Amino acid sequence: MSEVSGERSGIGRDQGDQPSPAPKTEALGMKTENLSAFYGAFKAVTDVDMEIRPNKVTALIGPSGCGKSTFIRCLNRMHEVVPNAYAEGCVKLGDRDIYARDTDPVTVRRRIGMVFQKPNPFSKSIYENVAWGARINGYRGDMDELVERSLKRAALWDEVKDKLKKSGFDLSGGQQQRLVIARTLAVEPEVILMDEPASALDPVSTQKIEDTMAELKERYTVVIVTHNMQQAARISDYTGFFYIEHMNDPGRLWEFDETDKIFSSPNRKETEDYVTGRFG
Amino acid sequence: MATKSGAQKNARKGEPEGEGVFKTSVSARHALDRVFSVLVFVAAMIGLVVLAVLLVDIARDGLPRLSWAFITSFPSVIPQNSGIYPALLGSLWLLGLTAILSVPLGIGAAVYLEEYAPDNWLTRLIEVNISNLAGVPSIIYGLLGLGIFVNLLGGITGGQSIVSGALTLSLLILPVIIIATREALRTIPGAVREGGYALGATRWEVIRSHLLPMALPGALTGTILALSRAIGETAPLIVVGAATYITFAPDSPLSSYSALPIQIYSWVSQPQPAFQLAAAAGIVVLMVVLLLTNSVAIWLRNKYQRRG
Repeated sequence: MSEVSGERSGIGRDQGDQPSPAPKTEALGMKTENLSAFYGAFKAVTDVDMEIRPNKVTALIGPSGCGKSTFIRCLNRMHEVVPNAYAEGCVKLGDRDIYARDTDPVTVRRRIGMVFQKPNPFSKSIYENVAWGARINGYRGDMDELVERSLKRAALWDEVKDKLKKSGFDLSGGQQQRLVIARTLAVEPEVILMDEPASALDPVSTQKIEDTMAELKERYTVVIVTHNMQQAARISDYTGFFYIEHMNDPGRLWEFDETDKIFSSPNRKETEDYVTGRFG
Repeated sequence: MATKSGAQKNARKGEPEGEGVFKTSVSARHALDRVFSVLVFVAAMIGLVVLAVLLVDIARDGLPRLSWAFITSFPSVIPQNSGIYPALLGSLWLLGLTAILSVPLGIGAAVYLEEYAPDNWLTRLIEVNISNLAGVPSIIYGLLGLGIFVNLLGGITGGQSIVSGALTLSLLILPVIIIATREALRTIPGAVREGGYALGATRWEVIRSHLLPMALPGALTGTILALSRAIGETAPLIVVGAATYITFAPDSPLSSYSALPIQIYSWVSQPQPAFQLAAAAGIVVLMVVLLLTNSVAIWLRNKYQRRG
């Protein structure tokens, strides 16, 4: 584990009794080294080295079943929630290894939020959906203000400000997904991971989520798994292409570069075939 | 792939009837459908009719005998003066104590097995045993209660006391509560747990704030139905020493006691016909208690489901 250096020390920076930091604009980046992910004896992803730049949107693309979702779940230690699943290698937030022996996954997940494929609001009011995560993490500030700010950043406030007491399930699918984003923002993470956040949504809702993402990177580092290549091209700054060359191999990060490069002149043939729609 | 095969199916449906390789008669298939619907209707009715006849018969015998005096009087050797008061009170004591003992234990065990326990041979063994325990005859629990709560722990439970009875009934319904709660927890999508963890919640925080409230309607329904069953039990209570003739009302968990089904059983076994009428009236009282607890279950379920 590397030494803590400078102001931004990553995990554990504001553990304890200090009040939450003021809203920030500069987020932490992430980095993986030799990251492999397993389900029991099955190796799903192997040897991923990736640098996730701060305050940028990084898109992960590739055919189904090549480990994108598994990889992104390793980034906030959600992978190990699955029985018998584990990861090897190193994942850093800032300069702290989130897999270090003394690092609590509960702390990691507050700093690295996650939005899932299907909207999963809690069976609670809209207000409580946003406030709950902040409350369990010991937020001491003005909760009403935090809920409003989070909903505004998720571009949902105008649609729900008059019905905060209503159940989160009363919202449409797209609104639910933005509610989940708001709830993630309320715990003030550094990084937001999104695992196909718009795949269950209609085009209008998808557009809103994409607009939201463009604003999110002002304050957060964003990683998104998507099957929609136009989406990746539109919203991301960097793109990683995951690929499995032979059946039953683990997924690999086949190519990683700036999004423009991946979509215009990728280095590897498989990447080009995929982004031009020749397979997958 | 999926859309392609769907399209093929539609094309087939569009073909005119009787053409090609499809030779079955649609009217014969509809006739079979009607025959089956009649059969299942009869099956449903048999259960309902038998129940209705029973209820009418009991009500005819019991309602004339039922009075405020019957509910507030003690049993007597004179059938006309006999009342159900101590048995009713005993049953309510049992109901309350059994609920207090079994609900936290049952829900706790279910939460452990469903949310915390690792998947290994020990937990699988426990699971199999809990399912089997739900099917053990109630008199076996009575014998267990007699051996442990009445004899072995008699110094604490007061021997043949309400506590011993309630502990025995708790054992009887624990497996049912555990199974009902586990089923309720299992129907909660994994996405709810992941959503909680992704915000930096611990397992307990997710269980307390999301899983338990969501599982509550199912768990409560199962629990109260199990309690209803417990309140109608006779065999285990006879074994652990519920009294059949009692002339004082129970006033503490350590009192000796009677219970509604015991009292009814005792009256039914008397030779005088007037005692049979008292038994019928006692059954009406027992039924009312059962219906009340069941309606509490339904009320609670609806109340908590609406929040979701």
